[in-house]
Amino acid sequence: MIYDVHNETLPREDLEKLQLKRLQALCERVYANVPFYKKKFDEKGVKPQDIKSLKDLTLLPFTVKQDLRDQYPFGMFAVPKDQIVRIHSSSGTTGTATVVGYTKRDIDNWGELMARSFMAAGASAADTVHNAYGYGLFTGGLGAHYGAEALGATVIPISGGATRRQVSLLKDFAPDVICCTPSYALFLAETGEDMGINIKDLPLRIGIFGAEPWTEEMRRSIEKKLGITAIDIYGLSEIMGPGVAIECHQAQDGLHIQEDHFLAETIDPETGDPVGPGEEGELVFTTLTKEGIPLIRYRTRDLTTLNTTPCKCGRTTARMKRVTGRSDDMLIIRGVNVFPSQIESILIETEGLTPHYQLIVERQGNLDTLEVQVEVSDTMFSDEIKNLQLLERKVMKNIKEFLGVTAKVRLVNPKEIERSMGKAKRIIDKRNEA
Amino acid sequence: MKVDQLSIFLENRAGRLAEVTRILSEAGVNIRALSLADTSDFGILRLIVSDFDTAKAKLKDNGFTVGRTSVVAVKVSDDPGGLHNILTMLQNAGINVEYMYAFVQQSGDSAVLILRFDRTEQGIELLQKNNIEIIPGDTLYSM
Repeated sequence: MIYDVHNETLPREDLEKLQLKRLQALCERVYANVPFYKKKFDEKGVKPQDIKSLKDLTLLPFTVKQDLRDQYPFGMFAVPKDQIVRIHSSSGTTGTATVVGYTKRDIDNWGELMARSFMAAGASAADTVHNAYGYGLFTGGLGAHYGAEALGATVIPISGGATRRQVSLLKDFAPDVICCTPSYALFLAETGEDMGINIKDLPLRIGIFGAEPWTEEMRRSIEKKLGITAIDIYGLSEIMGPGVAIECHQAQDGLHIQEDHFLAETIDPETGDPVGPGEEGELVFTTLTKEGIPLIRYRTRDLTTLNTTPCKCGRTTARMKRVTGRSDDMLIIRGVNVFPSQIESILIETEGLTPHYQLIVERQGNLDTLEVQVEVSDTMFSDEIKNLQLLERKVMKNIKEFLGVTAKVRLVNPKEIERSMGKAKRIIDKRNEA
Repeated sequence: MKVDQLSIFLENRAGRLAEVTRILSEAGVNIRALSLADTSDFGILRLIVSDFDTAKAKLKDNGFTVGRTSVVAVKVSDDPGGLHNILTMLQNAGINVEYMYAFVQQSGDSAVLILRFDRTEQGIELLQKNNIEIIPGDTLYSM
């Protein structure tokens, strides 16, 4: 079943005509309403009327995450504040959060696109959706929620946490669909085992998993343990939230991008030049219909490959390969985005810490763990245990408060050798070893 | 009247302690007294040594994080109640002992207590007022 047959199966030629029309209108709109973009266009010497074909996209400037931070909080908004009906924001210490605003129409479009996603995953209006994405400033919870409602399904807005209760409700309410992070799905299955509830025996048949990278092996393991079809969903708050792209259950081979709303490109992260179809590159999005915070050529830092060959589900939209890596140093810990620089500023703000640190990420069982190793300098060293423990606790508390992730903080000896080798290796990610 | 104590940060890993003792022995530094406090992932080694500056320099050269802490060494008779009298005195004056360790002298008639106060100066004053024998650093380093 296809939710929006017309728009999801447009012949490529018609789709591109629609994209061009929307791109031209978008350029006019941001040039007139967002001083940041007017300046960017002028610097590149490009005018909205220079965009005559989709190929002219390369004339336009890129937008990066730092731009959104620099314009914090509302500098990127393209409509007066009174037209904004909702705000979402990514975590971040002061000044590093990215803020996005939605108009009434943005919210409606988002609901539609999420409804498309549910249907692509194999769900229908008759289904009940157990939504375990976090509700709040994070786009996952509310995004999936309104999508399920737009579809006409029954929503259980359980949000994250209270895992044993979640398992009980999976049994009692017998939902057909679950939305959460892939690692949480496995954690639910394990918790179920402890409680003597086998999720495999429940009516649950579809899982829509996103907000963190996962592998094909993990998919198979989830499908086996929970007895469901596991579907990969993609999105980011800067572009909209969940529902930018989704796998179809027929092929489970690449995620269909909602191309009538988002113009996708892949580029070489080093040079910024476009890469050919079938070549891996950094994914770049231009929001064709967004009103609140439209973005031109936003660099996601996610690495993927685009595929425009026809799909057996009948959709004509391009498919992106499962995201395998990033062109920057962002870590995703249990669905939360963490940049080493954020940890660094917390360490600097926590009295007496010189920011020599290393992040160790592991997967214990099915959950990501983050350990922050901080080198003990002479200035922060104390002969009393309690002072050092207080320091550990203070850093932990600040990381939890500002980034929303629980990290273990461990004090370590200075590592002379590694520093003398040049660039400090900040991240040791052991999740892909096994 | 104060004694310089060398405090060393130790990661909780096999062989770290032996590394400290190796560095000190190679530098010809003698350990007069020591205590080790530990948590699940790190420890703090506290030493009174024969040559503070050499010990500190050598350990720093080898990448250890070290600190200097002022502690007080007192002599108490090696009898029941010797320590208790001193602690009661401190308690009555509201002076807090952060930590302490002790060793018995070779002659066997007295013990030496190494005390770390939250207020070192007041601690020394109180001990002196009560005629408690304080061992100066120089004496202790070369005992």
